[in-house]
Amino acid sequence: MAEIKNYTLNFGPQHPAAHGVLRLVLELDGEVVQRADPHIGLLHRGTEKLSENKTFIQALPYMDRLDYVSMMCNEHAYVMAIEKLLGVQAPIRAQYIRVMFSEITRVLNHLLWVGAHALDIGAMAVFLYAFREREDLMDCYEAVSGARMHAAYFRPGGVYRDLPDEMPKYVESRVKTKKQLDRLNKTRQGSLLDFLEDFTNRFDKCVDEYETLLTDNRIWKQRTVGIGVVTPERALNLGFSGPMLRGSGIAWDLRRKQPYEVYDKLDFSIPIGKNGDCYDRYLVRMAEMRESNKIIKQCVVWLQQNKGPVIIDDYKIAPPPREKMKYGMEEMIHHFKLFTEGMHVPSGEVYQAVEHPKGEFGIYLIADGANKPYRLKIKAPGFSHLAALDEMSRGHMIADVVAIIGTQDIVFGEVDR
Amino acid sequence: MRKIETLKQVVENLLADKIKSCVLDRGELTIIVNSDEAIDILQMLRDNKDTSFEQCVDLCGVDYLDYHNDYEGPRFAVVYHLLSIKHNWRLRVRAFLPNDDFPMMGSAVRLYNGLDWFEREAFDLYGIVFENHPDLRRLLTDYGFIGHPFRKDFPLSGYMEMKYDERQKRVIYQAVTIEPREITPRVIREENYSGRN
Repeated sequence: MAEIKNYTLNFGPQHPAAHGVLRLVLELDGEVVQRADPHIGLLHRGTEKLSENKTFIQALPYMDRLDYVSMMCNEHAYVMAIEKLLGVQAPIRAQYIRVMFSEITRVLNHLLWVGAHALDIGAMAVFLYAFREREDLMDCYEAVSGARMHAAYFRPGGVYRDLPDEMPKYVESRVKTKKQLDRLNKTRQGSLLDFLEDFTNRFDKCVDEYETLLTDNRIWKQRTVGIGVVTPERALNLGFSGPMLRGSGIAWDLRRKQPYEVYDKLDFSIPIGKNGDCYDRYLVRMAEMRESNKIIKQCVVWLQQNKGPVIIDDYKIAPPPREKMKYGMEEMIHHFKLFTEGMHVPSGEVYQAVEHPKGEFGIYLIADGANKPYRLKIKAPGFSHLAALDEMSRGHMIADVVAIIGTQDIVFGEVDR
Repeated sequence: MRKIETLKQVVENLLADKIKSCVLDRGELTIIVNSDEAIDILQMLRDNKDTSFEQCVDLCGVDYLDYHNDYEGPRFAVVYHLLSIKHNWRLRVRAFLPNDDFPMMGSAVRLYNGLDWFEREAFDLYGIVFENHPDLRRLLTDYGFIGHPFRKDFPLSGYMEMKYDERQKRVIYQAVTIEPREITPRVIREENYSGRN
């Protein structure tokens, strides 16, 4: 009988389970993966180089486009890196707003993740459930920044503007009856914070719903338990972070261990896994959604009670208020200089990391005193995770590769940058 | 004593004369080491119980060609960001590469397996060659790409562009047809401009 040798299979770049543009060259022995060689860079836009040729503010919207399912968390790391270089701190209200929106972003990210991951492994319905809540949170993004995804809302020194007093409502159209409108607008009568308060009250139930569909589902468990196991030692050596690290049982969360902004004033816990397989990482992320919900709740209460400025009062960094600009020469000049030449950041270098939904997202910024960054390095969590795909999928069946890509929560915007 | 100052002492004691400079700035510690000793130093920092940097978070290349417009010194550097979960502290290690025309560095993949792709990326974008790297191929750029795009002397718009040719009915490569233009010029103001520095 003829000897059957290994054969290679080209997976992607246009494969629905490749989560974007991943080209994966798989070396197979029957159905067992011998080697996985991801080819990345199909979405490489050179964000870092582009940022070096833009002023600090002009480079900010690029951050949204890195990990395009957790936009504001990327901005968060970037603005905090600039603030660290400048030696300034955002007003306390701005910090609460940023933390609140970072957590909203985490929920957004995990909702998309659980939907897409389940879809990959064969559960269709979860996606529809997850997008129902995602829509509400997208509306919050839109209410605050005008954009559903690429917000550019966080600015060095605070946030662009204060939270709106009114939540936008659905309007009548040929496809929406009066009855439907009333139901849709029921929670939108008050401010954005009222809407979020209502959301946080019902969101725990929604997570229960997702869990009913998956947690004890026999097929789900067969597909995820014992797949892609990573020991804590390997997870550290491979540079994992976020849920990938916590799924292996290491209680490491930057929000707790190296707290930034107001995280040290908030009450939440760090869920960790035990076995380091896909199922544990799923449980960690589900628990994280509940914890994020708790944080949003606390922020809403604080923001309802405390008013104050949302951006610092330094016109060399933040634009002056519109009203002052119309009447004051000094403010007018500041505004002009800020938007034509941009702010000047003292020379030096900083590394600022945040606990991004996918792991540790860091901005390494070298400035030489110019109005542009000298070097901007984006440390994307997904990059390290995808690099370990080979090790994680070796010896697994080809169908498990899809589960492993799903569990890594890969988004090519940040992997390729 | 602040934690970062403790780390400074620990690192200075451990590495002694191997460190060329040790700077504590904005709450972050940076050490500069020789490129040929860097790998041994990383190993010491990882294995020593007092530092125990179990994780290398990031590796990146830096091109200092136009730094501050008056920069003199080695052009390329490799920067490592280390993290210790045990002690909860971070350290930045920078090694300048002596040869500007052929920047070369030892590979740290054997110490931190996660650095594999980071070194490939630095090779791809800056042309830094990592000796003894198990599989040093290009990572992010196109198949068959020429040059190292993140070097400061590489134009932002690149050299080649790709387009669909109507006549030949296929995708072709050609020299770029767009002129690079700078909308906001890069300006470095005098010291103490805007009351900072």
